[in-house]
Amino acid sequence: MQIQPILSALRRHKAGTILIALQIALTLAIVCNALFIVHERIDRINRTTGMDETNVVAIQNRYVGSPENFVPLMKSDVQTLRSLPGVEDAYVTNAFPLRQGGWSTGAQTDPDSKKEGVHTALYFGDEHTLKTLGVRLIAGRNFSPSEVVTVQPQQSPGAPQVIITKVLADKIFPDGNALGKVIYLAKGKPSTIIGIVEKLTVPWIEWDTMDNVTIMPVLFNSGYQHFLIRTKPGQQDAVFKDAPKALYAANRMRVLPEKYGVRTFEMVRARAYQADRGMAILMSVVCGVLLAITAAGIVGLSSFWVGQRRKQIGVRRALGARRSDILSYFMTENFLIALVGVIVGVILAVGLSQWMFTHFEMKRLSLTYVGIGVVALLALGQAAVFAPALRASRVSPVEATRSV
Amino acid sequence: MFSYYLQLGLRSLRRNPVLTGLMVMAIGFGVAASMTTYSVFRATSRDPIPQKSSQLYMTQLDNWGPDKLEKGEPPAALSYKDATALLNAHKAKRQAITYPVGVSVIPEDPSRLPVREGAYATGSDFFPMFDVPFIQGNGWTREDDDKHASVAVISKSLNDKLFNGGQSVGKQVNLDGRLFRITGVIQDWAPQPLFFDVPNTGGFDEGASVYVPFNRAIDLKMPNDGNNNCVEEPGEGWDNYLRSECIWLSLWSELPAKADADAYRQYVTGYAAAQQAAGRFRWAPNVKVRDVMTWLDVQRVIPPESEVSLIVSLGFLVICLVNTVGLLLAKFMRRAPEIGVRRALGASRRDIYAQFLIEAGTIGVAGGVLGLLLTGLGILGVGLVFPEQIARLATIDPVLILLTLVVSIVASLIAAFYPTWRAAQVQPAWQLKSN
Repeated sequence: MQIQPILSALRRHKAGTILIALQIALTLAIVCNALFIVHERIDRINRTTGMDETNVVAIQNRYVGSPENFVPLMKSDVQTLRSLPGVEDAYVTNAFPLRQGGWSTGAQTDPDSKKEGVHTALYFGDEHTLKTLGVRLIAGRNFSPSEVVTVQPQQSPGAPQVIITKVLADKIFPDGNALGKVIYLAKGKPSTIIGIVEKLTVPWIEWDTMDNVTIMPVLFNSGYQHFLIRTKPGQQDAVFKDAPKALYAANRMRVLPEKYGVRTFEMVRARAYQADRGMAILMSVVCGVLLAITAAGIVGLSSFWVGQRRKQIGVRRALGARRSDILSYFMTENFLIALVGVIVGVILAVGLSQWMFTHFEMKRLSLTYVGIGVVALLALGQAAVFAPALRASRVSPVEATRSV
Repeated sequence: MFSYYLQLGLRSLRRNPVLTGLMVMAIGFGVAASMTTYSVFRATSRDPIPQKSSQLYMTQLDNWGPDKLEKGEPPAALSYKDATALLNAHKAKRQAITYPVGVSVIPEDPSRLPVREGAYATGSDFFPMFDVPFIQGNGWTREDDDKHASVAVISKSLNDKLFNGGQSVGKQVNLDGRLFRITGVIQDWAPQPLFFDVPNTGGFDEGASVYVPFNRAIDLKMPNDGNNNCVEEPGEGWDNYLRSECIWLSLWSELPAKADADAYRQYVTGYAAAQQAAGRFRWAPNVKVRDVMTWLDVQRVIPPESEVSLIVSLGFLVICLVNTVGLLLAKFMRRAPEIGVRRALGASRRDIYAQFLIEAGTIGVAGGVLGLLLTGLGILGVGLVFPEQIARLATIDPVLILLTLVVSIVASLIAAFYPTWRAAQVQPAWQLKSN
């Protein structure tokens, strides 16, 4: 294929050429950034919590009134829940994965250290916590009922025994023998690591250390808490309806908020990742519409060119060019334009990503996405030009003899 | 002439429905995407209290030390010690401390379940300072503040719930078993962004339905229902908490003139310097006194999703425009012979401009109408992308409708400019010769 004649023909159609190249460049810049955002968000959504998320119901509870001691109320409520027919196990806590709100602190090995320590989220629980969450204990033992301590408000929580995640254990004790060691989560309160769980994530979806979690056998004396329930298989819907009724029957001086008061874990997950899912949907739609519009634009302009050059095509055909020569002429022409477009587009894409990186603290575009975008747009250009090119190749040599 | 060109334009557009449809769709989609995301951006970036936003100031001061701060920004709230000291100095026209206190309202009718309501503990100045609209009674007085009176202001929706919308001033409301006398009922008031409590709400929240005096709330040890940040253990009990360096209170001041604001800023700086001299702060004063819009900006109230999607959709609109330029160019140049004939018959370049810009304008109008429909759909779908507190703020109003149409028409005219120029350059002699 001779490139030279194509280039000299394009020189006569500067505006159209530039427009197609520009459109491809801009589309590439936006599409690869958008696809990158989609990918990133989907990756976030697909992260696991370390829990067995099926058959879990979470209830947000607030006691009404201001008694000095909420602990007996909490204890009797947990008993009420555990005795429900569809309930496998239950416990009361301050936070759980994907709740989007909770406590964190720094874990130290040296009681007098001034340093910040290793960041960890704090979950309160008891001997029923591991079973309710469905997390796997990989070393050590569970809490025993006698180890549960009461913590007062404004008191920093600390318990003599804790269970931590594998990731946290390895971070505090890189040698890998965390079991039985002592850490400090609050000043002057040593905690012995009695167990290590395989994985459990923090309550937030955006945190630098997602897997740093400490579980403490603590009942926190506060009017606000969450009950987590593991239901028997197939009983989730029944418990979802019965648990709030049972709680109100036991004590009506409480509020379970209308919105988000009683939720299955699927609902917890959906709400936590609502913005991420929305962004992924939005960006996918934008990509789809953008590619369609760019393709339509290429079809439109190419058709116009084919229409303009019918006579020349006829002449070439009359001089012995085969149909495939005409077809490949237009395909090559488009490829050359698209090539210029994607080269400019790559620069724009990287620039846009750099700008978003500095302004919105977004991750930098991975080059894979630029590659995917380049291939996609070159292919899109070829696909879009195919129909007009085919029509061009069907121009009969007789056209050359017509005067118009 | 206009109507004749309009007719010509419509006829030409009808002649090539696929191409026309393509252009209308490109403009419609581009404009709709931009307008939908703009409606969210507009909602999140608006001035919540335009008549006063430059007179209301949030006070921040560093009581933690520079090594505990991020980029030197003082904490977004005050400790009890500092907030009350600054309030009691009375250096502003009006001033109020606020903190959120979740309360449960216990209805008098024992058969009804208690309800959880959002509430703030604050001072009497809160209501006049923020122009809170009352429908019954008034806020409590400064005297009530001083007497630590057990009074409350409730919202219209709570008044509807508890008193069926009737007269309730002077009646009691039961909050967690404690009685408060109602002094006034306000409209359901929640300026968006909720500027006076950004740290706890992110700026978008339904607002509170109960307000109680700060002094009374402290007496009752009503726990803070918002963020609480401590750099060191406050020690056990409420009194230790009040004495601690934990930050949890917002202090807002009304300072009508710029000179007032400067004087107040100077006073706060002096206060911090005095704390340094007394040995409590071992660092130089780091004070920020910011008006509403600066405060919202520093707190980054506009969600990044809103900005990113606005930018992406503006890029989308640009691509749609480039696309339209190409299609119009093809369309207009195909009619070069016709233009040649018209020019030869005496039409001036200006006539050609008028004819083709009007044709493009009709595409813009059609694109605008499509864009309006799609914007409507887009705004219904905003809830898929943004949290509901923000999604509900994105609405269609006359301004947005007008803007959609104007943007479409202007966009189509901009897109048409180059193709029209090319059309006007057509040499009549050339066209006539080759025919």
